Amino acid sequence: MNTLIAISGLGVFCLIAEIFNLRKLLVPVAVLGLVAILGLTVSEFHTPNTFYNNMIVVDKFSVAFSSLFIVLTIFLVALSGDFYKDHPSKLSDFLAIKIFLLAGAVAMVSFGNLSMFFLGIEVLSISLYVLAASRRLDIKSNEAGMKYFLLGSFASGIILFGICLIYGATGYFDIAEIKDLSSGAGIPVWFPIGITLMIIGMLFKIAAAPFHFWAPDVYEGSPTMTTATMSTLVKVVAMATLYKVLSGMTTSLTLTFEMVIVVISILSMTVGNIMALRQNNVKRMLAFSGISHAGFMLMAILSLSTAAGTLLYYTAAYALAGIASFAVIIYVTRNKDNEDTLNFNGLGKTHPLLAAVLTASLLSMAGIPIFAGFFAKFMLFSQTIQAGYLVVVIAGVVNSIISIGYYFKLILAMYTKEAAEEKQAVPFVYYFVAVTAILLNILMGLYPSLVINLLN
Amino acid sequence: MDVTTILLLLLMGSIATFLAGDKLASKVALLFSLGALGLSLYLLNSLNQGANISFTGSWIDYPKVALAFKADGLAMAMVLLTTALTPLIILSSLGNPFNNSKNFYALVLFMSFAMTGTFLAADGLLYYIFWELALIPIYFIALIWGNGDAEDRKKAVLKFFIYTLGGSLFMLIAFAYLYSKAGSFLLEDLYKLDLSATEECWIFLAFFLAYAIKIPIIPFHTWQAKVYQKAPTVGTMLLSGIMLKMGLYSVIRWQLPIAPHAAKEYMPILIGLSIAGVIYGSIVALRQKDLKKLLAYSSLAHVGLIAAGCYTLTQDGLSGAVAQMIAHGFVIVGLFFAAEIIYRRYETRTIADMGGIRSLTPKFTSMFMILVLASVALPGTYNFVGEFTVLYSLSQANIWYAVLGGTTIILGAYYMLKMFQNVMLGETNAKAFADVTTTEAITLVAIIAFLLFFGLYPKPITDLVAPSIKEILTIINN
Repeated sequence: MNTLIAISGLGVFCLIAEIFNLRKLLVPVAVLGLVAILGLTVSEFHTPNTFYNNMIVVDKFSVAFSSLFIVLTIFLVALSGDFYKDHPSKLSDFLAIKIFLLAGAVAMVSFGNLSMFFLGIEVLSISLYVLAASRRLDIKSNEAGMKYFLLGSFASGIILFGICLIYGATGYFDIAEIKDLSSGAGIPVWFPIGITLMIIGMLFKIAAAPFHFWAPDVYEGSPTMTTATMSTLVKVVAMATLYKVLSGMTTSLTLTFEMVIVVISILSMTVGNIMALRQNNVKRMLAFSGISHAGFMLMAILSLSTAAGTLLYYTAAYALAGIASFAVIIYVTRNKDNEDTLNFNGLGKTHPLLAAVLTASLLSMAGIPIFAGFFAKFMLFSQTIQAGYLVVVIAGVVNSIISIGYYFKLILAMYTKEAAEEKQAVPFVYYFVAVTAILLNILMGLYPSLVINLLN
Repeated sequence: MDVTTILLLLLMGSIATFLAGDKLASKVALLFSLGALGLSLYLLNSLNQGANISFTGSWIDYPKVALAFKADGLAMAMVLLTTALTPLIILSSLGNPFNNSKNFYALVLFMSFAMTGTFLAADGLLYYIFWELALIPIYFIALIWGNGDAEDRKKAVLKFFIYTLGGSLFMLIAFAYLYSKAGSFLLEDLYKLDLSATEECWIFLAFFLAYAIKIPIIPFHTWQAKVYQKAPTVGTMLLSGIMLKMGLYSVIRWQLPIAPHAAKEYMPILIGLSIAGVIYGSIVALRQKDLKKLLAYSSLAHVGLIAAGCYTLTQDGLSGAVAQMIAHGFVIVGLFFAAEIIYRRYETRTIADMGGIRSLTPKFTSMFMILVLASVALPGTYNFVGEFTVLYSLSQANIWYAVLGGTTIILGAYYMLKMFQNVMLGETNAKAFADVTTTEAITLVAIIAFLLFFGLYPKPITDLVAPSIKEILTIINN
């Protein structure tokens, strides 16, 4: 709760700072503020609590995920300073929107009541619609914002419809009450229908196939900074929320439902990976790679009662690798009109450190050991095998192999092609974000217990 | 003192090499690799005196993964193969200039570190991590410092990476499954598992896919020749000298004892595939025009025979296989180095462009000749010991295995000697050919001395390895 208030306060401060002409201080202050909020959040880890008649529930799950979101936001905010340096007057707005987005994200993992859940989703989504369309003279950005807004509000509508049906079936918005009633006999048929509608809405938000069609266009059209936010922070938030919705409202999933998850998981992995093979635009490629990772993360739903730690680990590994790679991508494509892989030619020679970080983060996404991505995949696989779904694991392995094809396309471009342009000085913040994110990723890979044990 | 010191030394060496800068990199790398060799000899000595040099520590609580390194005779033999070949490989590369040599030598040492870890690891997941870790450096070594057309090279290396990673991911599933049964990845716990016939069959196949690609066994060999040809000679040596042995060693250490019944059931197919590799490799080698490719296919034939020895599941077969692994490791590194020496002077790998080198270089010729003879398993070389023991064990299983496997010696003699004839004898090539330099001579002499010494007196290695193999065989036959 304190986290949520502090984050909103920081967002308001960013807006007001504009009035007092504090632009230069804005990014450092926002980063410091977020670090302080991170400390505040972590301090709540061992004191579970509820607020406002169960509207907000602070437990280990919510604190762990909120902390992850705050860490990701710190990185994103740190990069913003340089990214928006051509639009100094808008900086405070963009920062404020990002921080409000974080508030929505925190609400989404700490809700105890479906109305709070919906508020969280809307705060997050509206911020994102604005960010997607934020380059208003660029037609692609407009297209991305429009597409995301139309489809996103459709999804929100479906979620709301689902919530209504659940209310109709149980008479409660409070998820603890709903969970109690859900296992009882005589629950009306619209209860599962309501759950299904909510899941569909959430699958749209995490861009799992077959609800993924918006993702490539929106990722490509949005400013790269927004793409970074969407593919790291927002994906992780949506996944954690989906997990919380399901584990919070149902005691166990029916076999039919699990089969649906199996199908969607395999479909997302396969569609994402196969489409990614054909892409030349890095943002589009990462959009499809994100779709396939959504498929992987959905495996966690199959062992619903025990997978919280694994999910936290997977999302953290994926998002940190994503942040590291986007720090490099933002730097490389910042003065370019497209994001073709050609822009990365010869990066290994001109900027060896950035190339090494990008390589490492791609290797992590591909699941190569010592990077956290390896343990993430391994733990999902081993948990899913224990849940009895060997088929999904085999599909996951085959997909991991396919994914090498496109991740390595970028690595090959960096190390075997000649660079088109001269070496330039890189602002320190890119190095800082890229290196810190990848070091955190490697640290998680060397000591997985640090993260896994938080929620087990 | 335990074996983790070797690993730490190699890892530190890799970092130190990277920090040393381009000028000093090769020397620092050489120094550390020699240090690792000295250390492993010292540890071997303490092992022989009965000291315990294994190490077990905890690493991850959930899933339960331990930092377990088991250093018995077999593992130490393979570690010594790695630490002995690494300085030789680095020494052999001193004549070549490399761009960014600090990265290059750091990767070489890192690969040596990962391979040593693979040989020592006694915990399934730890082993898997080292196994994968060895793949990354060789990928970059072959990709960045390789030769030939860049597009071709990229394709070859990517294919290699996808093949090997694909194979090993199925091994990862096998480990995940075994973990769900045993609740631990420790080698001894996995040995104790009692699996049903179907389970064993699938586990065996998953392991087989990983190892058959790495070794390589027909029909999973298609990545090999291209990568050997395109990689820089150092990379080719690392691959053929040590990395292939990771697959063979893993068959003995992991695959056979964990799924012994499946191994017995499939024995004819496995030996059949391995021997098919022997014959196929030899015949293809006959037709090669490129020296490195010829050696690649000869390597395919030799490792086929080693794999056949492993799958006989007999004391002779396994110890012969280990002996031949070590012998082949040394001889193939020597042969690739000879090819590199010729390339340094003639800038060609096409056999037809060579010839008449003998009359210009008496020293090089005699050393090359000994290596060729060792490669065809002439009595008196260590290769003879290995190959003969394996063939003997095959003849015990079925005389036809030995007859077919024996073609490796006949065909091997044919293509190796024909190659030698075309490269070294015949018309004098117009170009000058300087005799071997001191570092080149040291490398070749060290390899030859090793092969001849243990060819005449193989007892130390046999004695070192025999107890471990006996232990593994008791587990298999239980």
